[in-house]
Amino acid sequence: MEANKRRVYLDHAATTYVKPQVLEAMTPYFTEYFGNASSNHTYGHEAHAGMEKAREQVRKAINAQLPQEICFTGGGSESDNMVLKGIAEAYAKKGNHIITTAIEHHAILHSCEWLEKNRGCEVTYLPVDAEGRVTPEQVEAAIKPNTILVSVMFANNEIGTLEPIREIGEVCHKHGVLFHTDAVQAVGAVPVDVQAMNIDLLSMSAHKFYGPKGVGVLYIKKGVRMPSLIHGGAQERGRRAGTDNVPGMVGLGAAIELAVKNMPESAKRIAALRDKLMKGILERVPECRVNGSLTDRLPNNLNICFRYIESESILLGLDLEGIACSSGSACNSGSLDPSHVLLAIGLTHEQANGALRLTLGDGTTEEDIDYVLEKLPPVIERLRRMSPLYVA
Amino acid sequence: MEYSEKVMDHFQHPRNVGEIENADGIGQVGNAKCGDIMRMYIKVEDGVITDAKFKTFGCGAAIATSSMATELIKGKPIEEALKLTNSAVVEALEGLPPVKIHCSVLAEQAIKAAVDNYYARLRGEASGDDMTVNSDCEHVN
Repeated sequence: MEANKRRVYLDHAATTYVKPQVLEAMTPYFTEYFGNASSNHTYGHEAHAGMEKAREQVRKAINAQLPQEICFTGGGSESDNMVLKGIAEAYAKKGNHIITTAIEHHAILHSCEWLEKNRGCEVTYLPVDAEGRVTPEQVEAAIKPNTILVSVMFANNEIGTLEPIREIGEVCHKHGVLFHTDAVQAVGAVPVDVQAMNIDLLSMSAHKFYGPKGVGVLYIKKGVRMPSLIHGGAQERGRRAGTDNVPGMVGLGAAIELAVKNMPESAKRIAALRDKLMKGILERVPECRVNGSLTDRLPNNLNICFRYIESESILLGLDLEGIACSSGSACNSGSLDPSHVLLAIGLTHEQANGALRLTLGDGTTEEDIDYVLEKLPPVIERLRRMSPLYVA
Repeated sequence: MEYSEKVMDHFQHPRNVGEIENADGIGQVGNAKCGDIMRMYIKVEDGVITDAKFKTFGCGAAIATSSMATELIKGKPIEEALKLTNSAVVEALEGLPPVKIHCSVLAEQAIKAAVDNYYARLRGEASGDDMTVNSDCEHVN
């Protein structure tokens, strides 16, 4: 790519950059306070203090009751795997039934499939409506005497739809069933309060809110039994062995504190830019549709289908203009199946194959949006002229 | 997954996009479910493909393989065009990522469908905009 070309990053749902303040908080834990947090000397104590400060920052950000409810992990996928496999094992005597939705991240769906195949679990995959929502009524109707866990994502990673988490949690608790939410896309973007929202278990990942990659959290409410997936040490109260990734934890703590502090202002600004982008595309490009809810939606997410063309070619065309986004298409994932989320909300294969996800971030500017609105329509038009499905 | 410069060149500047009026053969392969649809038009004179054009719904590799395939068969006798393999298309594009090899298979099949359609026309079994359609997804894996 030419050096002076404008670059616009609209793929913040895939990952974010690390904010300078976050990196600054982390740096001394690589160089100065590098001790093993389990060591009983000053070096170890310094590292340990950094880790515990981060734990407290997370506790506060999601309004957990106790710091020990925050269990650091290697990321969102690990947190999701840990919940499903851990609960299935620890509560096997109570039952083997898990309820989830058809639009979860594959860290949930593939873990569920693994449990069905290898642990004799029974999994109910709740369908969603045309906007990608499940209802508390659906969850309640699916609960059986052998149900041990309900896992519903807080916000969908592809279409940004927010689920009625508080109400679903309420239904779960009414029936004495544990409630987990994969909040990887939500934490840092929308308010999350585990106590007010009736959440027992919650997954998050630092690199989605301007923290480093390779570190996440599983919130485990006091009293919930959680065995370890990884053995070999007593770290994280015996729930995850392995030398503590202190710089990562410190980065996660700094990032979540910053995100929550900036949220009211940042969410408003980003949603306004997203709406400008959405309206601008709909005005300039015929025959496209917005996927997901227009009201209950992550502030930074836009998912839009362009008819008659396939989204990987849109992605390539935009990349040549310096614009980075994501496609939910067959060709992108290595498999030839279009997005399970888009099919679950009722799109045809052709529509689903033409879906583009644009996710804004704190660094996105008005000029970025103007640039995309200038460059996108000709890319779409060029590809449509090439398509056998399109009749001008 | 990154494409070769050649693939990007054919994606950015595809050769022979469009339709041929009064084509001598039209073939279409793939379907929206598998993510790619390729339609190929050929003009034949004295057993030689004098022109070829395409329209493609699909990813960057699908567009590049269509473009390259039309380039490779233009000016070739039909018998030679039929011998064009998907690996020859891949080679001409200086490689494709493994998950995209199916696009080159589709290009090979599109040529065959267009030639089939040409023969069908000779036999009086097709005319006008009739095309030979092969919409299965057998090229996948």
